[in-house]
Amino acid sequence: MAEQPNNNAYWAANIRLVTICLVIWALASYGFAILLRPLISGIAVGGTDLGFWFAQQGSILVFLVLIFFYAWRMNKLDKEFGVDEQ
Amino acid sequence: MDQTTLNFIVVGASFALYFGIAIWARAGSTSEFYAAGRGVNPVVNGMATAADWMSAASFISMAGLIAFVGYQNSTFLMGWTGGYVLMAMLLAPYLRKFGKYTVPEFVGDRFYSNSARVVAVISLIIMSVTYVIGQMTGAGVAFSRFLEVDSTVGLLIASGVVFVYAVLGGMKGITYTQVAQYCVLIVAYTIPAIFISLQLTGNPIPGLGLFSNMAEGTAGAGTPLLVTLDGLLTDLGFNEYTTGNSPWLMALFTLSLMIGTAGLPHVIIRFFTVPRVADARWSAGWALVFIALLYLTAPAVGAMARLNIMTTMWPNGVEGEPVAEADLPDWFRTWSATGLLAVDDKNGDGLIQYYRETGPGMADLAAERGWEGNELVTFNQDILVLANPEIAQLPGWVIALIAAGGIAAALSTAAGLLLAISSSISHDLIKSVINPNISERGELLAARISMAGAIVLATYLGLNPPGFAAQTVALAFGLAAASLFPTLMMGIFSKRMNSAGATAGMLAGLISTCLYLFTYLGWFFIPGTNMLENTAANYILGIPPTHFGPIGALLNFGVAYFVSRATAEPPQHIQDLVESVRIPRGAGGALNK
Repeated sequence: MAEQPNNNAYWAANIRLVTICLVIWALASYGFAILLRPLISGIAVGGTDLGFWFAQQGSILVFLVLIFFYAWRMNKLDKEFGVDEQ
Repeated sequence: MDQTTLNFIVVGASFALYFGIAIWARAGSTSEFYAAGRGVNPVVNGMATAADWMSAASFISMAGLIAFVGYQNSTFLMGWTGGYVLMAMLLAPYLRKFGKYTVPEFVGDRFYSNSARVVAVISLIIMSVTYVIGQMTGAGVAFSRFLEVDSTVGLLIASGVVFVYAVLGGMKGITYTQVAQYCVLIVAYTIPAIFISLQLTGNPIPGLGLFSNMAEGTAGAGTPLLVTLDGLLTDLGFNEYTTGNSPWLMALFTLSLMIGTAGLPHVIIRFFTVPRVADARWSAGWALVFIALLYLTAPAVGAMARLNIMTTMWPNGVEGEPVAEADLPDWFRTWSATGLLAVDDKNGDGLIQYYRETGPGMADLAAERGWEGNELVTFNQDILVLANPEIAQLPGWVIALIAAGGIAAALSTAAGLLLAISSSISHDLIKSVINPNISERGELLAARISMAGAIVLATYLGLNPPGFAAQTVALAFGLAAASLFPTLMMGIFSKRMNSAGATAGMLAGLISTCLYLFTYLGWFFIPGTNMLENTAANYILGIPPTHFGPIGALLNFGVAYFVSRATAEPPQHIQDLVESVRIPRGAGGALNK
């Protein structure tokens, strides 16, 4: 296939983006909400600490931002690499 | 007009709406029956996905799960939403590009093997059937409580309604009824929450009210709601609401729910209905927006309901006397009739003491004040959401809305599951394995007959629920996490993964998960046949059976890797297929009739 090298670069860019997003995904849920909660327990939010907020609401908001960011970025990458649906 | 009549009118109106949509959105071809002709707008699909995903468990049970445990059960909030990040980035766009109708179809084609396809069909049917039982019984309970009909009659009505729009409209009919059901359930969930948040904190947005100060005129005015709640709970021996223990188990359980969510076929197939790959990505985001509207409210509903219960039981504070049995509010009486709520005046003083007997220092306090045990003996957590409007003394139409909302949540999920089951039978077994020459019309008929058969089976199982119904939800998530998710992911992300590796990996995940569950919960969940007591001391590395999903997934990945490296690489046309799945170009757009 003539387009192969281009496709490989596109795929590498996708993997890079997914990796970054999943690091943030893990940090917001497993990190701040659970395992790293003691580290940020000094930050007070509405009668409790930031970790509790991440566990009940913050992580969900981060997930939302991540998915929309990924969709926006990938749809742009599709065009840059010429692999978008015409 | 009495409450039951009002409930009938509101629930009846919602059914009329679903029927109207069913007639308007009839399926004329297999592409419409399986994938709504791939012409669904990504926002609309997001809404349908939210209804598809949010089951009776999300609508009825989740706030209660959080209310009675607090922080520790945030795992459900994170687990049931975080899976969408995995789905949006690791599965949905590529499976949409693949452009077929079912999840086993991808497994079978990508791994060029009918045995892989059949293993996928088996996993899909086990997890979807176990899931659908809960929806049918949930709808039956909602009917019997709100419409005062026998729960058997209720269940038959529910399956009759699903029958009409699912058999007639397939995915197309289900999609647009799910949109209507989403609107019903989100309004029903939000309205009581807004009123309760206003009463307690003066903030009309429940999600913000959770972190606000108590309103003027309430006990504890001026202090944060969560501080007030923590104080009341610890005074009565309960665990603090905002703290938890065993963070590693919390993380493992969250991971289990996330991977399980991403691997559930009835949700994945929703992304086959949008016209383009780019839409599949957007649509996952929209799905989470609509899910978040409920999931950001749920923790507020949980905490506020818990606080309302505490102040109902202890109107004069913990230092004063508790509520007298004669003064219990009306909703206590109506719900006692269902058996989901019960009080027992053990010390015969006419007052109801609600506290945790095993809490620190409670034995001494009880002896000092003449308590002879906790007297709120039963409080089923499912009551919380259903009784919410009554607890907050809201008008009758809000109660009727809750009835319609609970039924909508159960029906929308049931329909999605039934479609996943019937399409895997008619498309993956009949069309791909048994009779590849079947005509388009023949397959559409087969799809409708499979759907009808699946509904009859689900109704039968709902009427005669196997004793293990509650535990099987753990099985459904465990199987999705251990069998389908890793296999789908490797099919996309590893060009080297071959048929032998994927099949061996899937079987390893499937069998290890079943064995681990059966060891502690009994063979096929039959009580008394478990080989080890279901207690923490017996767990391997301290992992409870409900948390096994990620371990099963790891086994699946590991076995698949080693088997695939020891066997020949997949043929060139399969490697080209993987290449094409990875890029959006050529996805093929919406289908015409």
